[in-house]
Amino acid sequence: MELTDIIKEENLILKKSNLLTDNVMHYCPGCTHGVVHKLVAEVIEELGIQDQTIGVSPVGCSVFAYNYIDIDWAEAAHGRAPAVATAIQRLHPEKYVFTYQGDGDLASIGCAEIMHACNRGENIVVIFINNAIYGMTGGQMAPTTLLGQVTATTPYGRDAKLNGFPMKITELLAQLDGTCYVTRQSADTPAAVRKTKAALKKAFQNTRLDKGVSFVEVVGTCNSGWKMTPVDANKWMRDNMFPKYPLGDIKDI
Amino acid sequence: MAKFRGAIVVDTEHCKGCNLCVVACPTHVLDLHHDVNGKGYHYSYMKNPEACIGCASCGLVCPDSVITVYKAEIK
Repeated sequence: MELTDIIKEENLILKKSNLLTDNVMHYCPGCTHGVVHKLVAEVIEELGIQDQTIGVSPVGCSVFAYNYIDIDWAEAAHGRAPAVATAIQRLHPEKYVFTYQGDGDLASIGCAEIMHACNRGENIVVIFINNAIYGMTGGQMAPTTLLGQVTATTPYGRDAKLNGFPMKITELLAQLDGTCYVTRQSADTPAAVRKTKAALKKAFQNTRLDKGVSFVEVVGTCNSGWKMTPVDANKWMRDNMFPKYPLGDIKDI
Repeated sequence: MAKFRGAIVVDTEHCKGCNLCVVACPTHVLDLHHDVNGKGYHYSYMKNPEACIGCASCGLVCPDSVITVYKAEIK
């Protein structure tokens, strides 16, 4: 069987989502953002809600998310995406509203906004990419940085006495009554990517059930910030991040 | 014998050579090419196309969605 016999339209099983634009993503090679952008686009395409979805992009590496997924977007000030999403959802209750935030945006400067949006039980989806570092600004310590992890601002490793402890914000949010679905996934292996996609789909479907915030954390890598190759970064994430940030559903009601 | 054969097409100009697909491939089909694309990245290619089973693992983990996967039944 020749390759030309296989590469035919009727044998196609996976291709780039139609919702992803032709813009080349500015992310570093191997960045988890690319995988999650692809999954968000695929989920929106499969649910057929392209014209009913409004995303709120954050400040951080994913600030240009609006260039890559062909839906309506708003851009929020640093950390304020849940507040902007709250307004959009209340003004357009028939829409699917989601925020896409990193750990510096959501867990640090936007801590108050996400806490209160979750406590109010807004009918939104929050996608949280946790790579334990501020990627865009050059790899500084984030609230989620692991103890002992070397970053630009903790050159001798994060010290609990000086810098405090890593923040498990997803577990904190699961305590609030306003959240209906809180899960932590990753995107390093094909199986993990499929699970993350299923979690995102469930989160978007929850919007119609009017149950509150659906929160999907994706533990990701920042190979440039961690100063590793993409493959080594995935291994480091499995060895170091997963024990602190265990995968799985934390809350599902 | 495998009942299915697969094949992939890589958008070589947009591949960033992150190597994630090479690691994800269960049958060791892929590798990074010796040549580089316009941006200077060693792009992914099918080094061993006969072994491809069309599982789409490479396409799933690709951050830049440059891999298109085809799968055909062996008749």
